[in-house]
Amino acid sequence: MRRRRGLAVPGPVPVPLLVPAAVGVVFLVLPLVGLLVRAPWSTLGPALGLPEIGQALRLSLLSATLATVVSIVLGVPIAWVLARSRIRGRTILRALVTVPLVLPPVVGGVALFLVLGRQGLLGRWLFEQFDLTIPFTTTAVVIAETFVAMPFLVISVEGALRAADARFEDAAATLGADRWTTFRRVTLPMVAPGVAAGAVLCWARALGEFGATITFAGNSPGTTQTMPLAVYLALQHDPETAIVLSLVLLVVSVTTLLLLRDRWLGRSPVA
Amino acid sequence: MRIRALALLSLVAVLLTGCGGSSHRDAGASTSSGASSAKKLTGTLTVFAAASLTDVFTDLGNRLKADNPRLDVRFNFAGSSALATQLTQGAPADVFASANEAQMKVVTDAGLPADAPVVFAENVLEIAVPKGNPGRVRGLADFAKPDLTLAVCAAAVPCGAAAQKVFQASGIKAVPDTEEEDVKAALTKVQLGEVDAALVYATDVQAAGSDVTGIPFPEAEQAINEYPICSLEAAPNPKAARAFIEMVQSDAGQKALAAAGFRKPSA
Repeated sequence: MRRRRGLAVPGPVPVPLLVPAAVGVVFLVLPLVGLLVRAPWSTLGPALGLPEIGQALRLSLLSATLATVVSIVLGVPIAWVLARSRIRGRTILRALVTVPLVLPPVVGGVALFLVLGRQGLLGRWLFEQFDLTIPFTTTAVVIAETFVAMPFLVISVEGALRAADARFEDAAATLGADRWTTFRRVTLPMVAPGVAAGAVLCWARALGEFGATITFAGNSPGTTQTMPLAVYLALQHDPETAIVLSLVLLVVSVTTLLLLRDRWLGRSPVA
Repeated sequence: MRIRALALLSLVAVLLTGCGGSSHRDAGASTSSGASSAKKLTGTLTVFAAASLTDVFTDLGNRLKADNPRLDVRFNFAGSSALATQLTQGAPADVFASANEAQMKVVTDAGLPADAPVVFAENVLEIAVPKGNPGRVRGLADFAKPDLTLAVCAAAVPCGAAAQKVFQASGIKAVPDTEEEDVKAALTKVQLGEVDAALVYATDVQAAGSDVTGIPFPEAEQAINEYPICSLEAAPNPKAARAFIEMVQSDAGQKALAAAGFRKPSA
């Protein structure tokens, strides 16, 4: 039941579209070319062997993946509530859920402190009752990344749910399936490409997260220093290492996204 | 690319001095009314200064502006290493004040200063603890305690370089929970009460007010940060740059620095 979308228009691309598109592509690609040109290719080998690179990369991949898993578990139900339920205040709910998109991530980090920090609303209780502190731990990295990245998943999945044909769900309901069964057996398989696309977007955003992480989780090699933090600090004293780190992050993320695209998303374009 | 940027800068400089020239004529015309008005500064003065200088330099800038109403003073306060990078990448500025010699050297090596940098102040590290000192921190040795939550600056920035030096000199194996990107970020974590102690400058503790308590420690003398200042070769407003540097070195400037907790340069 795959619908045909993105029908190709025959003939050449109209000039009013072609020119801005070409300028846009150059604008997006040129900084990457700059990185490649200025990369210290001759010393790349030894630089890649630095233990802190592997450490930061492992931490980045782990925390971004965990943040994506948490985002799926919490974000898909949010998207369903926004797209399918009739509860009141959905518009306000949607606005609230997407706040992290416009909030400067550093402010997000401070906000997380105010709730989960040792002096925070919830954090103080956790600290006093269980001697549990969240800031400056890998958990804090995952929380900061989830906070910033989950809205991307929610928006993608909500869009997919709205685009999906609700008649299949109606049919399931008339055949006696309750809403949970319908969600599990009909809705979720139908919007799976949308969930996958949202998860990829969410993962990419989490991988690049900087502001909320350095604020809430701090910067400690091996525990909370992800690749973007390592790049930022390297930039202060050793720009070449910063370029190498950026290239590594770039290669790993592009490879991952290409692999996932082929495996999960098929080759079809998705919303 | 660099040549073109330089050409652009010199064009800007010519344009600005052109403006200066015409206003100078105005000033000359009014000399009859007051002898000093001939020396009034005009245009824009751009100062790149270390984050730790924020309060003192803002104050000094306001004083310079009070004496020269037609002068516009603009500041860019950030970590010295970030500023050094911006300058070597061609950011236009008249004055650079760094929190240590190493970052000034980055700028000197790039051939940017117009004159030899001069040290105008010194700063030492201090332990900052939240009000009430919940971790019962007493000295530098407490930075080796794993059960405390501790912040230092990353080694790349001046306060982190100084921290490393004092730990090395005193043989303490520090176990920080976070290495902050600049001194103000480290201080913020103390103000929020999220760390038991952080290693910051004495001046930051003083500026933070009552939320933060400072604990001086003898090992700090092993790593005294010297603050150099210089005007820049490509300065669009060299006259104002000179005036600002003179003000920093003047008795009034040194008094303001001392009031903020800076020390006089020993050399």
